[in-house]
Amino acid sequence: MNLSEYEAKQEFSKHNISIPNGTLVTKSNQTAQALANLKPPYTVKAQVLVGGRGKAGGIISAKSKKEAEEATVKLLGARIRGLLVKQVLIEEKLPIRKELYLGITIDRFNRSYVALASATGGVEIEEIASKTPKAIIRTLIDSQSGLRYFHSIAIAKQLGYSGNQLVKLSTIIQKLYQVCIDNDAELVEINPLAETETGDFVALDARMVIDDNALFRHPEYAAKETEALSSQEVLALKNNLTYVKLEGDIGVVGNGAGLVMATLDLLNFFGGKPANFLDLGGGATIEAIAAALQIVFAEPDTKVILVNVLGGITHCDDVARGIVEAAKEAEVKKPLVVRLVGANQQEGQKILADAGISVLDSMEEAAKQAVEITRGAQP
Amino acid sequence: MGILINADTKAIVQGITGKQGSYHTKLMLDYGTKIVAGVVPGKGGTVANGVPVYDTVKETVEAYSPTASIIFVPAPFAQDTVLEAITNKIKTIVVVTEHMPIKDTINVMAYANQSKVTIIGPNTPGKITPGQCKLGIMPVNIFKPGSIGLVSRSGTLTYEIAAGLTAKGLGQSTCVGVGGDPIVGLNFIEALELFKEDTRTKAVVLIGEIGGNMEELTAEYIAKKHYPKPVVAYVAGRFAPLGKHMGHVGAIIMGKQGNAQSKIEAFTNAKVKVAEKPSDMPMFLVKALSP
Repeated sequence: MNLSEYEAKQEFSKHNISIPNGTLVTKSNQTAQALANLKPPYTVKAQVLVGGRGKAGGIISAKSKKEAEEATVKLLGARIRGLLVKQVLIEEKLPIRKELYLGITIDRFNRSYVALASATGGVEIEEIASKTPKAIIRTLIDSQSGLRYFHSIAIAKQLGYSGNQLVKLSTIIQKLYQVCIDNDAELVEINPLAETETGDFVALDARMVIDDNALFRHPEYAAKETEALSSQEVLALKNNLTYVKLEGDIGVVGNGAGLVMATLDLLNFFGGKPANFLDLGGGATIEAIAAALQIVFAEPDTKVILVNVLGGITHCDDVARGIVEAAKEAEVKKPLVVRLVGANQQEGQKILADAGISVLDSMEEAAKQAVEITRGAQP
Repeated sequence: MGILINADTKAIVQGITGKQGSYHTKLMLDYGTKIVAGVVPGKGGTVANGVPVYDTVKETVEAYSPTASIIFVPAPFAQDTVLEAITNKIKTIVVVTEHMPIKDTINVMAYANQSKVTIIGPNTPGKITPGQCKLGIMPVNIFKPGSIGLVSRSGTLTYEIAAGLTAKGLGQSTCVGVGGDPIVGLNFIEALELFKEDTRTKAVVLIGEIGGNMEELTAEYIAKKHYPKPVVAYVAGRFAPLGKHMGHVGAIIMGKQGNAQSKIEAFTNAKVKVAEKPSDMPMFLVKALSP
């Protein structure tokens, strides 16, 4: 799960990484009080989890309290790249000398954490990587020793620092690594990390992505997991389904991420547009399958629903029962194209046949048929 | 022969009394896999599916000298369980467990590397050498013995493609799922190295998906080493949206890195044919194998 800038900064602050003085505002009438303890100039920042927030108008500089109030009123309730702004962070703007980049993330191929640093911060790391790949200092972290002080010293030295500043910056790198490990993060990022005119280092922005699989160790985050989700997404989460809303008109339900992705690819290949990605996972129960169908039935743009199940741990008869149950309860009837093979196939196909739902053996045929229905063919 | 394990391999099941562990132990025994013991702390001395259960891996090593283990414990206990197998020098460890925290996986992989043992997974359907044995959870009727090696990041998509091969008379030497997580043990390159030495394997199918750069690095390896056997590939997720989790934690794309196009390009540059649809795979293989 992604933490907001404010949440990530709270975590940084707990680990003694300096952040600008600031206050979180959720209602316009809190602004004056928030500003009372802050000195101008200000940066007013919409707390939305979306890339390119600054370019989309989500970050406003303000010279005075009046300007900061106006910016806060403007941002609260606005939409940035489609996302509603419910929280605004007002911070003191610092005089800075330089912007750096620091991040810790996962290196899949080397099966370890990796520290990334660059003397050119402030822009997306992908941009730095593509324009000046040599400007990124990559340090693979040995999982048994962890990132040690001498590693951090080496990184800070390569960033061009010496003396007192070398020590200060290394300490921040060490703390950032600790934030990553303590929080089971997949990514922690300070971009930019500002070198102020006094020679100190302050985290101007913060990003943290927590490993969803580790939420059982972090009840404080687990409690927040459903906050930003739609009702369909909450239903999916409760039933251990992976659901991603897309733009098209063909609802998709399948078992296994690879198979569902291949199904989306086939629909596109035949000129169709999937309305969603929905993976039942392995061994889904009848209730979970019915919930999955309920989720895709509820998407208003969906014209047809394609179910692609290759049974193994997932049993075809369970899938059939879930489909029949959901189809019965759906408020709006929509045509179903079902491909169902594998464990308990005959029983599953019989249950569907009895309910008047026809079944196909090939996923390609099923995808083709679903696309044809969106073009007006009779189901 | 097949890679990693064969009909003679003695295996243990860690988590043999759980719902999945007990269900799949029976199916593996039915297929002919030599499951010599199970391990569940606190259930030592009991019997599950006719297999003796022990409290520790150490006791099973003393009694049977197993060389493989398959793990079915829930994610919060997976790290401990895998480390127990590694500590006891079990050579091949299949981790079926889904949703293992990545920090735990990283830790486990470091120990595995140091102890020179092979981890398959986590989040893997396991492996099967058709007609001989399976250490995994795949349905067996879609496989048949033959000369195609198959290595994949996905479960059901593997079944889809394997069933297509079998239907066209293309049997398999070994099929192995490397696991759907961002960090896995055995990777495509290591699997290709094993298939290279396996005399029965005449061609290899790679089933990749978006996320990470394993496919790109594998393509580089194939080109650089002039890999001696034909390799064909499929990449799932051509139309996946940017920056979204798609089921497998592994199947996430961040910006331009790890998208399907980058992988397909890398394979094509390495002269590896990439099938556009799963159903194209048998034809690709027939062509690759014809002199």
